Formats: sequence, structure tokens, C-alpha cells
Amino acid sequence: MATQIYQAIVDGILVGGVYALMAVGLTLIFGVLDIINIAQGILVVLGAYLSYSLSVQLHIGLFLGLLITVPAMFVLGVAIQVAFIRPLRGQERTAMTLLVTYAVALIIEGVLYRVYGPDDRELSASYVTSSVHVLGFYLPYIYLLGFGLAVVLVVALYLLLYRTRFGRSVRATMQDRTAARLVGIDTSRVAALTFGVGVGVTAVGGMMFGATNGGFNPNSGYDLISRLLAIIILGGLGSIGGALVASVFMLTVVSLVDVWSPNWANAVFYAALVLVLVIRPTGFLGRQAVRAE
Amino acid sequence: MKGGASRARLAAGARWSALAVLVAAALLFPVVFPDPVLTNYGVFTLIFVTAASAWNVFSGFSGYISLGQAVFFGSGAYAVGIAARDWQVSGVAVFALLPLAALVGAAIAVPFGLVALRVRRHTFIVVTIAVFFIFQLMAFNFSFTGGSSGLPAPFLSWQAASYNNPFYYIALASAIGIIAVAWLIRRARFGLQLRAIRDDEDRARGLGVRAMRVKLAAFTVSAAATGLVGGLWFLYLTQVEPQSGFDPLFDLSIVLMAFLGGLGTIAGPVLGALIIEPGQLYLTIRFTNGYYGEILLGAIFLAVVLFMPRGIIPTAGEWIRRLTTRGRSALPVGAPQAPGPVPRGPEGPRRRPGAEDPPPEASEAPAREARQ
Repeated sequence: MATQIYQAIVDGILVGGVYALMAVGLTLIFGVLDIINIAQGILVVLGAYLSYSLSVQLHIGLFLGLLITVPAMFVLGVAIQVAFIRPLRGQERTAMTLLVTYAVALIIEGVLYRVYGPDDRELSASYVTSSVHVLGFYLPYIYLLGFGLAVVLVVALYLLLYRTRFGRSVRATMQDRTAARLVGIDTSRVAALTFGVGVGVTAVGGMMFGATNGGFNPNSGYDLISRLLAIIILGGLGSIGGALVASVFMLTVVSLVDVWSPNWANAVFYAALVLVLVIRPTGFLGRQAVRAE
Repeated sequence: MKGGASRARLAAGARWSALAVLVAAALLFPVVFPDPVLTNYGVFTLIFVTAASAWNVFSGFSGYISLGQAVFFGSGAYAVGIAARDWQVSGVAVFALLPLAALVGAAIAVPFGLVALRVRRHTFIVVTIAVFFIFQLMAFNFSFTGGSSGLPAPFLSWQAASYNNPFYYIALASAIGIIAVAWLIRRARFGLQLRAIRDDEDRARGLGVRAMRVKLAAFTVSAAATGLVGGLWFLYLTQVEPQSGFDPLFDLSIVLMAFLGGLGTIAGPVLGALIIEPGQLYLTIRFTNGYYGEILLGAIFLAVVLFMPRGIIPTAGEWIRRLTTRGRSALPVGAPQAPGPVPRGPEGPRRRPGAEDPPPEASEAPAREARQ
């Protein structure tokens, strides 16, 4: 029993890394654009399908394929922002961006059904199925790679945000859009590029999701988006570090509950969210502003 | 002044007679079109008219976008199913369980609201989604809900030709009921408090609005109506499963309906449901493989939000006003002009100051612009 629990904790932490890869894009987009991208779930699935096509049809390795899928998803993200999100204005903008991104999700889902059909697909490679045995724990290679990738990506995003000129204008836009515009920042360009970066990062999350989830289909986006939303709320909306912490925390809890009862693991996931919000409405690392409007 | 007053009376008279014609048409619909295929459309549409209007009473008026209405819909359905099974209710008596469905919806809304209404905007939306998934999982995993196979409704031995009619009239009654409630709330102090919360909650509190109590009351009213039609929907389909009772598409459909028609208006959600629900049913029947309907629905969504962001009713109202007042002042001669800058809709062209009557929601327009 004890080893089972330890193994569950290790699994939870590793899967948490994969979820962090999917959640950082969502929280980054929220932080800068103040919108919740409902399409994030289906974009993860799209990323998985793109990696699938590259590896099955063109025999390009999963990690090498990211060099193609990340820029492609970046362009898609910029296009979505410019075409559908930029025109929205006014008091109901929050709700309308939600609807627009949901509509985008529906369309992408429909297209994926059309192209790939409803059957489950899975990403496979030699390192997906093998694992290494350390101190009595089984550590699958793909999770180790994924966790490493998550840490690298979070560090890279931090460097992008805190060490570059673009990052400074992003942070300025996050803090105060009007003031940022006054000092000469092209905030709509920043918004479009951030959306692109958020979606591009999701391509990495999608590849990892496709390799570790044990099968995915065009319908997988729904379950995913609700989990990712719970994670980024828990981590504090807009906080990238918070997304990493919350992913690891939540997936560890899920993995522990899973030992006891697989049926209730998901319910615990959402119950934890509600409980944390009752005690601390801003999440783990959230800015106070989230609650105070 | 006198001319304006009589014109207003005339407009009110026209509105009431139009309403009477609409209600008469709705009442006569199953008589004129007795085909079950068509009354089937009628039943679903009226259920969604009720659900969208109920959503609007809370979310449209208060600005708190709830994506958890399916919690009440599914709970209403399950409440009727479980009560009918455990109390062995059968035959026509099952319809007596519908008030129970409303009650269960309201009873769930109170604790749900007490938790969720502590947070605002995006966080509120996400909490409603989370609660929704908790309910779906409970329906899957508890034994008294019948697990993943769900619950069957008692069998009604009615003739197929007129089977739909009782459902149609109950759905019509609940639709008229919630529309009347929405109308009363909007006119009352309660409705004003809700809209004050939507525009600026902190200021509303400062002015003495008991925000939590007001929000919770509206949430509960909305939940009761949604629970009721949830129960009716269950009896009509004679089956509820966790995915169909607690369906994320249900939430998004009613939000789209309210948005298409016009958020916060009385007629908006009704019109939106009348347009979208028959369309959705038709697409489901026409394209059984699903994805064309999905792509089309998404495209309509995008078109509505991008080209008619305020919904049909406010946009059409503005067009009509622009047509009827072209070239002359809509204000009665000698009436004082509205003080302050003339509000301009976010998508409307620039107007000459004083050339037009400010729209009825004029006081909200500056707040709209300020939020950018």
C-alpha cells in the first residue's frame, strides 16, 4: 500500500508536468488579454493530431516535429486573435470572447472529425512505451521528458517575459493597457503575439498529451478544458508559475484518489477547486485584482 | 407633449395586441399543425425558450455569466425520475412531480450560489463549469441515479398522434410563466438592483443594495424554472443519462440564444430560442454524422458575435428608430435634451448630437465604453 501511494505521488507529479504544458498557454493568454480561451482544450487536441500526422505520414519524430507544429500553431493563434477577438469591445466582452473561442472550438472539432474521424488515435515512439527503474519507482521516459520540457518551457517563458523588450511590453500591457498605450506600446500587436505564443506553446502540450493520454479523439477537448480551467484558477489567473504548481498539486491529488477509487478522482479535482476558492478566491499565486474586478 | 403621449399609448397598444396575437398563435399551433414531427419541434423550442429566459433572468440582468444551468436542468430531470421510481408514480400523475423538479432546482441553487457568487467574472464562470462537472460525475457514480445508463421515465400509454400535445402546453405555460416573471422582475426594484450590480457592483453595494441576497434570489428563480423544464424534458424523452441531462452543449446553447436575441431584454432570449433550437434540431436530423452541424453552429456563433454583438432586439430597435426618426428630431419640440454626451453604441456610426432619441438603455452606454 505504501509503495502504491509513493508511486501515485510520483505519477501525479510527472503527469502534472504534462498538464502544466497545456495550461501555461491558457493562463498567459488570460493574463495579457483578460479572456478565457475555451478553445484551449481543442487546440491541445489539434496539436496532438498535427504531431500524429507528422509522425505517421512523414515519419518525423515527435520532438523534431515540434519545430513544425509550434510555428504553425503560433500562426493559427495570431490569426484567431486578429480575426475574431480583436473586434470585440464593450461591457459584455468577457462573455463574448468566451462564446467566440467556444465557436472556434466547435469549428476546429468539426474539422478534426471530418479529417480524422471519431476513432481514438495515439502517438507512439520507442520512448513512449519504455520506462526507467529508479529507487523502486517506475518512471516512464516520456513523462520524464515531458516534465523536463515543462520546466524548460516555463523558464523560457519567464526569460521571454522578464528579459526581453517584448516581454516588458507584455507585462506593461498586463498591468495597465491604457498606460501601456500612452507610453507607445502597440497593445493590439502585443495581444496578437501573446495569443500566438500561448497557442504555440499549446502545440508542445498537445504532443505530450497525445503521447501520454492513452488515446485521444476530436471529443477529448471538453474534458480537458474543464480540467485546465480548474488548474489555472487554482494557480491564480495569469500566473505561469502558479499554473505549474497547481498542475502538479491537482494531478497528485487525482493520482492519490485514483488509488482509492478511480470513479471519484475527477470529482475530487473539481471539489478541490471549489474548496480552495471558498478559502482563497485568488488561487495559490493569484493577484488580488482577480476578485476585486 | 400631447402628440408624444398619444403616440406612446398607440405603441403600447400595438405591443399588447402583437403579444396577444403571438400567444394565440402559440396556443393554436398544435391545432393547425397536428403533425407530431412539427409539434416535436414546438416542445423542444418552448423548453429552450423557458431555459434561455430563465438564464437571462439571472445572467442577463446581473451580468454574471453562468455556464452551470445544466446543473438545474439535469437535477430537475433526475428528481422526477428518482421520485417516480421510488414512490412508484405512474401514468398521468407523473406530471404532479414537476413542481418537485422546480423545488429541487431552487434547493440546489442556494448552496451553489452561496459558494459561486463570492467570486466574479471569469472566476465565476469557471466555478459554474466546475460545479457542473461535479454534478455530471455524481450522476455517473452514485447508485441511486442509475449510473451511466441513467433512468427511464414511466410509460404513458397515449396515442402517438396527440402524444406531444400535453407536453407542448405545459412547456408553453412554463415559457409564458418565466417570461411574465422576467417582465415583472425587470420592472421592479429587484430588477433595478440586479442591473445596478451588472453595471458596477461595488457602487451598488455602496448605495445600499444587498448584492449577495439579490444575486442569490435571481439565481434561485432562474434555477427553479430551469429545473421545471428539466423535469418536463425528461418525461418527454422518457430517458435521462448523465451526459444528456448534464450536457455542456445545453449551457452554451442557451447562452447563445440569449446573446443572439439580446442580453438582458425580455424578448431577446425568446427570439433567440425560436431561431436556434429548430435550426439545431433540423441540423441534427439532417446531418446524422454531426460535424457539419457543429461547424455551421460555430460559424453562426461567430457571425452573431462579430456582426451583431448586442443581439437582434437592441440592434433592430436601433435600426427602426433610425428609420422612423430620419430627418427630424425624435424629441418632442421644447423638451429638454438629455444632458451629457450623446452615447454611441460600440459599433454604431457617429450620430449628430440631439438628432436622435437616446436608446432606452442610454444610461448604460457610457459604462459599456468605459469598460474597454
